[in-house]
Amino acid sequence: MKPVSVVSGRAVPLDRADVDTDQIIPSDWLKRVERTGFGKGLFAEWRDERSFVLNDPAYAGATVLVAASNFGTGSSREHAVWALMDYGFEAVVASSFGDIFRNNCTKQGLVPVQVSPEVDRAILDAVRADPSLLVTVDVARGTVECGDVHAPFTLDEFTRQRLLHGWDDIGLTLRHEADISAYEAARPSWMPSVTATEATATDAAGPTPTAARTPAPGSQR
Amino acid sequence: MSETTTTPETPETTSRGNLAAGTSSVAPAGRTLFDKVWDAHVVRSGGDEPDLLYIDLHLVHEVTSPQAFDGLRLAGRRVRRPDLTVATADHNVPTTGGSVTDPVSARQLEVLDLNCAEFGIRCFPMGDPNQGIVHVIGPELGLTQPGTIVVCGDSHTSTHGAFGALAFGIGTSEVEHVLATQTLPQVRPGAMAITVEGRAPEGVTAKDLALAVIGRIGTGGGFGHVLEYRGEAVRALSMEGRMTLCNMSIEAGARAGMVAPDDTTFAYLEGRPHAPKGRAWQEALEWWRTLPSDPDASFAKEVLLDAATLVPHVTWGTNPAQVVPIDAAVPDPDEIGDPAARDAAARALGYMGLAPGTPIRDIPVDTVFLGSCTNSRIEDLRAAAAVLEGRRVHERVRALVVPGSHRVKAQAEAEGLDAVFLAAGFEWREPGCSMCLGMNPDKLAPGERCASTSNRNFEGRQGRGGRTHLVSPAVAAATAVAGRFAAPADLPERVGR
Repeated sequence: MKPVSVVSGRAVPLDRADVDTDQIIPSDWLKRVERTGFGKGLFAEWRDERSFVLNDPAYAGATVLVAASNFGTGSSREHAVWALMDYGFEAVVASSFGDIFRNNCTKQGLVPVQVSPEVDRAILDAVRADPSLLVTVDVARGTVECGDVHAPFTLDEFTRQRLLHGWDDIGLTLRHEADISAYEAARPSWMPSVTATEATATDAAGPTPTAARTPAPGSQR
Repeated sequence: MSETTTTPETPETTSRGNLAAGTSSVAPAGRTLFDKVWDAHVVRSGGDEPDLLYIDLHLVHEVTSPQAFDGLRLAGRRVRRPDLTVATADHNVPTTGGSVTDPVSARQLEVLDLNCAEFGIRCFPMGDPNQGIVHVIGPELGLTQPGTIVVCGDSHTSTHGAFGALAFGIGTSEVEHVLATQTLPQVRPGAMAITVEGRAPEGVTAKDLALAVIGRIGTGGGFGHVLEYRGEAVRALSMEGRMTLCNMSIEAGARAGMVAPDDTTFAYLEGRPHAPKGRAWQEALEWWRTLPSDPDASFAKEVLLDAATLVPHVTWGTNPAQVVPIDAAVPDPDEIGDPAARDAAARALGYMGLAPGTPIRDIPVDTVFLGSCTNSRIEDLRAAAAVLEGRRVHERVRALVVPGSHRVKAQAEAEGLDAVFLAAGFEWREPGCSMCLGMNPDKLAPGERCASTSNRNFEGRQGRGGRTHLVSPAVAAATAVAGRFAAPADLPERVGR
């Protein structure tokens, strides 16, 4: 993913709690096998209402979405993050996030800015009153600024470093290949296996049958 | 390694650790079920990285996997453990027995088959005797076992926690991560006890218990926690009931839900195709019996419910915490103190087309859907059939029952349940996710009102403009007969009895 250190831009106030991922990207859109082009589906059903905030020209070109509590609750669909980013959002401010959605954000470089309910309310009110107001999210310092509001946001250190450097999670984990192989070698053979036949499932002794087939560290197809 | 993506130059990057909660693998003397399963899967911990967990079982379906396989191809990576990975088609499949007519759905299903063939993954495609909803087939094949870690690119993976597994939903990037490494870095959540003492009255099911818990703690009540369901009423549940309960943990914002394994668990598992056999079974059993939380284990949070006070529940709004007992009425937003909750309630009632103060039993329905990963197992079908025997679906109601898998369907047919449903006027369908989420032809029309045994009453979840009320299978069946919300006890005597 692309490194992200500072996001600064105008913001859309979406003053609704419990915005679920079914609203962010309706399920019809999930049939696609690509990772791109989901921006058109973002809030597709809500955007049909003329009064929906995303349709307000005053907020065109905004890069920060400001929501209420429990944003991104529900389904695990990462398509919700792809849709927000494809539309042009680089950060989402909320007082709490759905767990899986939050994880998905950090895998793609969409900054989840978790602030206190009071700060969230202050930012919502500020950008509603003045659509030209800038919201600035500083990942390295862990702060969010908007008008008179200056507040910290919650981000664990590992995620902060991953965002700042744009590190690939899989690459990070593959540095621990030796640990993974060691764990596998000690794993009981009766643990569930999809390809196990009746015979191998009965064989309690010896190493996990498939462990021996694990290729050498770093080898590729 | 043929990396196409960035990785750090030095292994340990900073010492500004902020991950105290994520790096402790040393637990105090009394450990919870969750602690024991977590600790048994830590591949490594330390430094500034969260614990790296080993994944025992990775379930894959057609919707959240195509982009993950693409990622593997782009990076030149392989699937590390195809033998710990299993795939099935469920979200897109039509349930009327015909072929897939939507070309976009057909393509997604085809791509799953191609990816599984290319990467050597066992796949149960449409029509396969083992095909079904991913959270139904894992347990019924004996793949879901106590003490394991199970993941899937689907939020209802929490279902598998019924076996004392730690099971949680992941996004597509994490699907790719597990395919490539069979591990996931995870920040350690807290453990939260949901203790349900006493005995549930007749007619109160696991679904009602799940809805009551969510109604109590709210959609964010489980944030950052894994729930452990405990107490007499939970112990009394069958495995199917425990799966229903754990399934809906995600609707309370929890990472996962778990029930300690016991003789009910072991009796369900023994003899299933992928369960350990012989000496291996004895070894496994010995370990499984050590998994329940220690008597002196402490939980970060505790919630206590009395099962004896529970009644069947029905949702009235657009999130699962907007729920009331069937004896109650649609709430009045003006009487809700919290402004955010009041606004949400007012908006929900507008979407649902409901007036405050309407008794739940006075609300007529157009459709009844019995199915989904929450309530499509054999016991769910039996519960509904028991209500429907000798009765007819209301003339204004369309009703469909969608077994969770081909195995469930075959068993139900062997027991004659299909005949009961058909005689009552239900449609008897082929397995799949069906009307739970509007990705296949089974959808609600705008404004159509549905009593559904599924898990989410979000706006548009069952089809654009559709109005979903979540209920148990027994209430769904009684509602189909009455044409408006009803519990089985509300129905008049059966024909000919």
